[in-house]
Amino acid sequence: MDIFIDQFFNIDIMRKSLPLLFKGLWMTLQLCSAVILLGLIGGLFVALGNMSERRWLRWISIAYTDLFRALPPLVLLIFIYAGLPFAGINISPFAAVVIAFLLNNSSYYAEVYRAGLISVAKGQWEAAQSTGLSPVQTLIHVVLPQAVRNVLPDLLSNTVEVVKLTSLASVISLSELLYNAGMARSVTYNASPLVLAALFYLVLLWPLVRLVSHFQRRLAA
Amino acid sequence: MANRPMLEIVSLEKRFGPNTILKKIDLKVAEGELVFVIGPSGSGKSTMLRCCNRLEEPTSGDIIVDGRNIMAGTRRDLDRMRLQIGMVFQGFHLYPHMSVLKNVTLAQRKALKRSKAEADARAIDMLEQVGMAHKADAYPGELSGGQQQRVAIARSLALDPKVMLFDEPTSALDPELVGSVLKVMKDLKSKGMTMVVVSHEMGFARETADRVVFMDGGVVVEQGTPDEIFGAPKAERTRTFLSRVSG
Repeated sequence: MDIFIDQFFNIDIMRKSLPLLFKGLWMTLQLCSAVILLGLIGGLFVALGNMSERRWLRWISIAYTDLFRALPPLVLLIFIYAGLPFAGINISPFAAVVIAFLLNNSSYYAEVYRAGLISVAKGQWEAAQSTGLSPVQTLIHVVLPQAVRNVLPDLLSNTVEVVKLTSLASVISLSELLYNAGMARSVTYNASPLVLAALFYLVLLWPLVRLVSHFQRRLAA
Repeated sequence: MANRPMLEIVSLEKRFGPNTILKKIDLKVAEGELVFVIGPSGSGKSTMLRCCNRLEEPTSGDIIVDGRNIMAGTRRDLDRMRLQIGMVFQGFHLYPHMSVLKNVTLAQRKALKRSKAEADARAIDMLEQVGMAHKADAYPGELSGGQQQRVAIARSLALDPKVMLFDEPTSALDPELVGSVLKVMKDLKSKGMTMVVVSHEMGFARETADRVVFMDGGVVVEQGTPDEIFGAPKAERTRTFLSRVSG
């Protein structure tokens, strides 16, 4: 038992690895902000393309969401990070992660938006446009607020997934939370930094997960 | 009616695939006139109304509002011309995430570019006209159907339209709430609004309409004053329809 506690819950080692983990957390937060923000914006455009009256736009959007939901994000990441240099394109690890996860994630956000947009009654579009609002104004002021409200739990769930996804960036040695915890572990021969990293993720994500449940209950009521 | 035409429907045709819903319809509505459109379901009356602001895209024909053809011009021209054509729907379609006041000010602010103070003042005026000013801060979900429909009317009126289109405005209402909406429409008529009403409220038509138009199978079968149409319908189809609804 003592060995177990010493290996996984060694307070002394945790304290020593704290600065490194905070550095990693900061990188994780930057990654998340970039991927989530761009994903939310990109996903909306993909969803709108999916609902467009123009057939070619619909096809592009459907191909995009199908492709990037089917490809494993890790494969995508390695392909972009290790493959693009051969095409003469050199990008930083950070950019590679953002691009790979953005492609993956915006297609999930797009599907969620699409469900939300469909859930808004056609009469809302008609009423707004009958009062002289342009299609874009109708979308911004009338349809989107209702669509987002209807799928808020799913948008949040997807966001939780993004945060967890960023730990894959450790594979290409981007010094985010998991990578730095792994570094601390290999230096100390002790798994406690990994437990601490897990705690960080928990603290980060638990409120979000609670929020998802809260919204789900409220929508069901 | 010697008044100038406010709304002209000129050889309007609407096809859905192989089906022709409207067959070269012609209809003129004079300024201040209330035209009441009746007909069996599937007769094309709602489609005709929805073509008047191009919520339904006509296959061919022209829609002329106060001398301007809404079939000509760009998408922005259409948005501007829709400001002059108010529409009231069977399902109200108020914006559920906005207060009553915001429902009535949204298009004033975004489409007419009125200032907030101006839009608010205008909204309160219109809400008073339909007897709903006391609910300005309520949300649509807290209102009865009749109240929602009156707010929807105010939302259209706030844009100073030249014509108001009513698409079965009372069909979704409980019977005891119908009267409040019809009263608002009657007030509107007495103030000189040009109106086209698709509805089954025959009593209202007798009392208020200047002209009754009977449609069936995508054509105007017969039209005349309420007395002519309800009292002495000429066409067999009109007689059959009227005997069935009064049945």
